[in-house]
Amino acid sequence: MKPFAYKRAIDTADAVRLGAENGSSFIAGGTNIVDLMKEDIASPTTLVDISRLDLKTITSTANGGVSIGALAKNTDTANHQRIRTSYPLLTKAILAGASPQIRNMATNGGNLMQRPRCTYFYDVSMPCNKRVKGSGCAAINGLNKYSAIFGWSDSCVAVNPSDMSVALMALDAVVKVREASGKIRTIRFADFHRLPMNTPDIETSLKKGELIVAIELPVPRFATNYQYLKLRDRASYAFALVSIAAAFELKNGVISDARIALGGVAHKPWRAIEAEAFLKGKRPSDENFANAGELAIRGAKPLSGNAYKIKLARNGVKRALTDALNMGGTVAK
Amino acid sequence: MSFYDDDLKDAPDRVDGRAKVMGKAKYIAEHKPAGMLYGYLVQSTIAKGTITAIDTAEAEKQPGVRLVVSHKNAPKLTIPERPVGARPFYPLMSADILFNAQPIAVVLADSFEEARYAASLVKITYSSSKADSDTRGMFEKALPEARVTPDRGKPLEVFATAEVKIEAEYTIPFEHHHPMELHATVAVWEGGKLTVYDKTQGTQGTAGYVAAAFGIDRTNVRVVAPFVGGAFGAALRPGPQLLIASMAAKLVGKPVKVVYSRRQLATAHGYRPASTQRIKLASDKQGKLSAIIHEAVHNTSSHEIFSEGLVGISRSLYACPNVKTSQTVARLDMQTPLWMRAPGAVSGAFALESALDELAYKLKIDPLELRIRNYAETDPESGKPFSSKELKECYRQGSEKFGWSKRKIEPRMMKDGRWLIGYGMATGTWFAGQSPASARVTFRANGTVLVESAATDIGPGTYTMGATIAAQGLGVPIERVTFALGDSELPPSPGQGGSTITSSVGTAIKEACEKLGTEFAAVDAKTDGSPFKDVAAADIVVENASIMVKGKPETKKSFADILTANNLPQLAVLHRSTVATAERSKYSIASHGAQFVEVAVDEEIGVARVRRVVQATAAGKIINPKGAHSQEIGGVVWGVGMALTEVTEVDDRYARIMNPNLAGYHVPVNADIPEIETIFVPEEDKIVNPLGAKGLGELGLVGIPAAIANAIFNATGKRLRDLPITPDKLIA
Repeated sequence: MKPFAYKRAIDTADAVRLGAENGSSFIAGGTNIVDLMKEDIASPTTLVDISRLDLKTITSTANGGVSIGALAKNTDTANHQRIRTSYPLLTKAILAGASPQIRNMATNGGNLMQRPRCTYFYDVSMPCNKRVKGSGCAAINGLNKYSAIFGWSDSCVAVNPSDMSVALMALDAVVKVREASGKIRTIRFADFHRLPMNTPDIETSLKKGELIVAIELPVPRFATNYQYLKLRDRASYAFALVSIAAAFELKNGVISDARIALGGVAHKPWRAIEAEAFLKGKRPSDENFANAGELAIRGAKPLSGNAYKIKLARNGVKRALTDALNMGGTVAK
Repeated sequence: MSFYDDDLKDAPDRVDGRAKVMGKAKYIAEHKPAGMLYGYLVQSTIAKGTITAIDTAEAEKQPGVRLVVSHKNAPKLTIPERPVGARPFYPLMSADILFNAQPIAVVLADSFEEARYAASLVKITYSSSKADSDTRGMFEKALPEARVTPDRGKPLEVFATAEVKIEAEYTIPFEHHHPMELHATVAVWEGGKLTVYDKTQGTQGTAGYVAAAFGIDRTNVRVVAPFVGGAFGAALRPGPQLLIASMAAKLVGKPVKVVYSRRQLATAHGYRPASTQRIKLASDKQGKLSAIIHEAVHNTSSHEIFSEGLVGISRSLYACPNVKTSQTVARLDMQTPLWMRAPGAVSGAFALESALDELAYKLKIDPLELRIRNYAETDPESGKPFSSKELKECYRQGSEKFGWSKRKIEPRMMKDGRWLIGYGMATGTWFAGQSPASARVTFRANGTVLVESAATDIGPGTYTMGATIAAQGLGVPIERVTFALGDSELPPSPGQGGSTITSSVGTAIKEACEKLGTEFAAVDAKTDGSPFKDVAAADIVVENASIMVKGKPETKKSFADILTANNLPQLAVLHRSTVATAERSKYSIASHGAQFVEVAVDEEIGVARVRRVVQATAAGKIINPKGAHSQEIGGVVWGVGMALTEVTEVDDRYARIMNPNLAGYHVPVNADIPEIETIFVPEEDKIVNPLGAKGLGELGLVGIPAAIANAIFNATGKRLRDLPITPDKLIA
């Protein structure tokens, strides 16, 4: 860990000003940035502490949705009455991530900003384009059991590790960002995280110094038939091999709208648009759910060690949809 | 209310438990002698080659940095002569790189943070060559077998013509201990004397090792390890930080602490070697085994031969007239492996006990019944009787508790909703060893007792064991007993390995207590009218901190009264227990157990969960019941990890461990662990040692991985022979 200066932002204007300075990095819960600094992966010269800014509330928006403060803790968000009742898919996804101790520290904005856990990214002696531009990707022909099956490039095969983001993707969230100018910009969740392309070091569409102030969800939907299914190497406290956020609305026994997003499969939460479209107007049935699973994996490209993820994603989609129909069917225990 | 409450209501609590939960038990890295500097290690980033240059200029410029120690300036150590082919790794002695993440320098600074930062600025240049860490094809690259074991009977001929046979290959990856406490040393030189606070499983072995390295007399080295935060074998060899901290402290003339970080730890010590095993079993149609052929290979390092016994279990567990075993090692450019909980036995048992299950299916015989049909009443290898062996009773009690009779033999027949349910079982065994050991027991006038031994307590409950034996031996409440341990200057103890501390040190304490009784009698006998004059030691009874002549309660005198009458502050006995080798050698001596496991498998999404485990154990007399149950439960948990989650991943292109932390190396978490019931089957053994106690720290693990894999087969019909059984394999 390199020596660094510590500054505390007094308000959001101060934060974006300090955040724009060379070598600065925000710290809120610190559950990821501190690890990255200890491992010499991130070496900010200044940490700008934003944890005391007034961005912790969860409030209703004018259009009937909800605004979730960027600095509200993951635990508080998951357990917030409004979230539990109106956006239970989000609650479930948040609670599938990390451990209670980490969720108590981690903030929502920080959750969106967490960096991939690719083992080569985490070992500074290894090549990694994300860490050192042009050094190469060691995972693409190496240990890639946990790597991407969608959207990867020759320069990076890492996956986004967030559970929360998968649900936000499914729920059509938007991210509110304060620009350096003071203006608030809105980013569609689908545009927030990026595919690696040739610039895997750029993981989001935030510009230097920009600060997430809130995450907004539209009018509550998908609070009746939903499931967040996280498949992993042990029962808790492991990143997803594949996770599935699935939800749909039923009208007269027919699916009127459906949402399917996958985690652990790409550099960003991966929306299964074709599968969603297929389900629209269909009756919920094993066959339709299985077909949705097949559509969800269309275009997947496995690496040497992760073809199993395609099967896991396909079956997982079917299972999550079935659970959503049955509500209460869970995989754990 | 759990099934343990009745059994354990009168059992002593862990005597060191309160100190541990209060944070008062001081672990190695918490020692901080005045003036101490912090050392941070620099590790190699190649696996094989030499260091061509070390540039420490930038590091040395940093504030707080005192010195960078590498092979360039480290004091030369004396490396003891070893057999040809063995070059044990001594850190900072040369520019050679033998394994990836080898410690190559240490930065000393006034604070940990300064040392860590400066360590990242040390620039190393290497000349690198191609390293091999590939565990596939180890049979092909194996060294010749070091010691060929003669066949029993004619295994090859019998197998060739047998009525029923199976053969299969089983693989186990590298696994790491990952104890909670990191490897750490605080080294303090005072004149020519060295004191080290060191994470170790053997204070005296470590003292001898470090004394030899520095060419100083053993009496000038003191090794202190009062609490060890888990080790499981990882601290059976001195870690490189011991010599590094000691050398650094010598160079700078100040105490030095060196602690491995979690990420660095995986090469601070060895690991369970990766193994490949081939088993062939033959039987008649009734399931009577006619041949066992068990070949194994596991890896060692390029610089040492490390070999652990995988195939021995196939020679001793079942009655079979024709047995062939062979075992060899293959060199890889890795750190040398090391014993890890139930070394050899658990790997061998995974293969043998899975193969037995495969044979049971071929025969359509219940796997438990198959084991009973091949029960070894005497040791099939030596023909000797067992000193005790209540394995049949383990099978009976364990299967009854578990409800084994409800098992459907055909796979895929038991269901619970989406879950396929499977029952599996296996057998475990572990040699019950004993070593000579010493203990000093002191009774003080205030009624308290001090027990002393150099032994460590790596967590299984050694403190409680010693206090319990002394409390019972002298007839005092356990609260009045203090057990001082973990210091090389205390009476000699073997290292804490192989589940032998209770049988070794416990025996010494028991006998010391008896001797203390006769000492009290001897003191009293010097006074006029003493009833203990000319009374044989065997006729002196110790109870309630008193002695009396056997059968004469009116002669009873308390220790306290004898001390007062003789104006003594205390009376102490130093006793060395010996091993009754001649008597023991007439028997085969081992502990045994049977494990029954229920798994649930959700095939569609590749999830396997252990739902229930019943483990029945016969390990002689149980000295510390709570600790013993805890050991057996811990063994099961370890086995769940080995079966389902644990693997050290190595990138063979770099021969580098890529998941050296607790996020990437998946030990089971609470949510993976089901209800576990451990049963101790009564077993009387007058041969094993005067306590009648056998070790059980390793035993509880031995059969578990096979039992889980067998249960998964019973659930799914899928035989998975490559550990760990993760979702990618289940869904394939």
